[in-house]
Amino acid sequence: MLSLWLKRKMQKLSKHIYTISEITQVIKGLIENNVGEVWLQGEISNFKAAASGHFYFSLKDQNSLIMAAMFANANKGLRFKPEDGLEVICFGKVDVYGPRGQYQIIVERIEPKGLGAQQLAFEQLKKKLAAEGLFEASHKKSLPPMPFSAGIVTSSKGAAVRDILQILKKGSPCVDVILRDVRVQGDQAAGEIAQAIEDLNNFGNLDLIIVSRGGGSTEDLWSFNEEKVARAIYNSKLPVISAVGHQINITLADLVADVFVETPSAAAKIIVDKKNALLAELVDFKHQLNFSLNAAIGELKNRLTGLTHMLKSPLDRLLEKQQQVDELLTGLNYNLGHFLELAGERSNSLIQRLGALSPLAILSRGYSLTMLLPAESIVKDIDQLKPGDKLKTVLHQGFLISAVEEVFNHEG
Amino acid sequence: MKDKSTFEEDLKKLQKIVEELSSGKITLGESLKKYEEGVKLAQSCSQVLAEAQRKVELLMKKDGKFSLEKFDDSDPVEK
Repeated sequence: MLSLWLKRKMQKLSKHIYTISEITQVIKGLIENNVGEVWLQGEISNFKAAASGHFYFSLKDQNSLIMAAMFANANKGLRFKPEDGLEVICFGKVDVYGPRGQYQIIVERIEPKGLGAQQLAFEQLKKKLAAEGLFEASHKKSLPPMPFSAGIVTSSKGAAVRDILQILKKGSPCVDVILRDVRVQGDQAAGEIAQAIEDLNNFGNLDLIIVSRGGGSTEDLWSFNEEKVARAIYNSKLPVISAVGHQINITLADLVADVFVETPSAAAKIIVDKKNALLAELVDFKHQLNFSLNAAIGELKNRLTGLTHMLKSPLDRLLEKQQQVDELLTGLNYNLGHFLELAGERSNSLIQRLGALSPLAILSRGYSLTMLLPAESIVKDIDQLKPGDKLKTVLHQGFLISAVEEVFNHEG
Repeated sequence: MKDKSTFEEDLKKLQKIVEELSSGKITLGESLKKYEEGVKLAQSCSQVLAEAQRKVELLMKKDGKFSLEKFDDSDPVEK
């Protein structure tokens, strides 16, 4: 009863009683028509990415705040990750969200202020991958001493592959090449590059992988900044050389790769240089072998000379002794001669003295010596003789033979 | 291909021989033997590096299976 009364009273006071939805629609219409699509600058806060893929956040400046939503279809291609505190410029439509009685901006496009979106995306991903350790030097593999087979991930129609093959052909024709043809720009490129790196790892028989592309704009090279590619390089069991032609910016592929160079040619040159270095080393090895062998022989020679010296020295000593003996002999001869001389002199005087006593000297004074023949025994006693005995009588200057005629005894 | 797989082994052997020989701790007879072996290894390694037979192939993948196709790497005719 009362309600009916009230209703009538209200109808008299104003022409229309709105429902909430009606008034919301009115407000929505007013805002959409009068505000509509706008560019808006502000700082992101309360950022949330819902499971549905939609982003919800608010944009604020010093005094005010507006709720914002960016739906999955709009944020799908977004290259950077919106985050709290980031100053952005958005384009979108201001709208009313009925269920909450809230006005908000439905963001169609969002750009970080200052940095380009791409650059920001790069910085963000770089930070993330660095935190995960993808760029760690400790994870980097060293290249084999001599890569004999190289896998190349690049476009088979590009300049990069031509450059690499030409340099290898000329400088290092012992290297086999397995090429995996991929797109190197465009939306599909990153996926293909990542897959190719995995494929070459699975294919086996390779010593390293070169991921390459000729020079181009930052936009052209973007695939080499994508997470998929970075992770594929990180997960590669084979060492990876990143050779993306660029002058200004280092790509994420470069940062993750085990070795990075700035041109495809430089990647090929690494292999050629390795080969040349090895060849030089081999020559050096040969020299070292020669040197060592000569040194070994030289040392043996020295030892031999040393030994010969040791053998020679007793001989020397012998000669020395011989010389000594010779000297002694000379001395001995002299002494002996001297002694003999002295002895001679002495014997002469003795002989002279002896001569004076000789019976022969007595004979010279007129005595004679009688011997009985044939024994020549000296006759000292007359009893030794009988008539008929033959005698030899020695006088001073000769002797005579005589016969005994008679024997007289002094007493007789 | 076979000699390439043994290349690194040969290189290591060669390095060892060079070291052994330079140490001067082995007899002359051994030295001569090692020298001969070392020179042979150096020669064969150099030969492998100088080899000019190389293959350039395109790796194809179909239904998860790999196959190789010849890739023409002859220098493009200059314009």
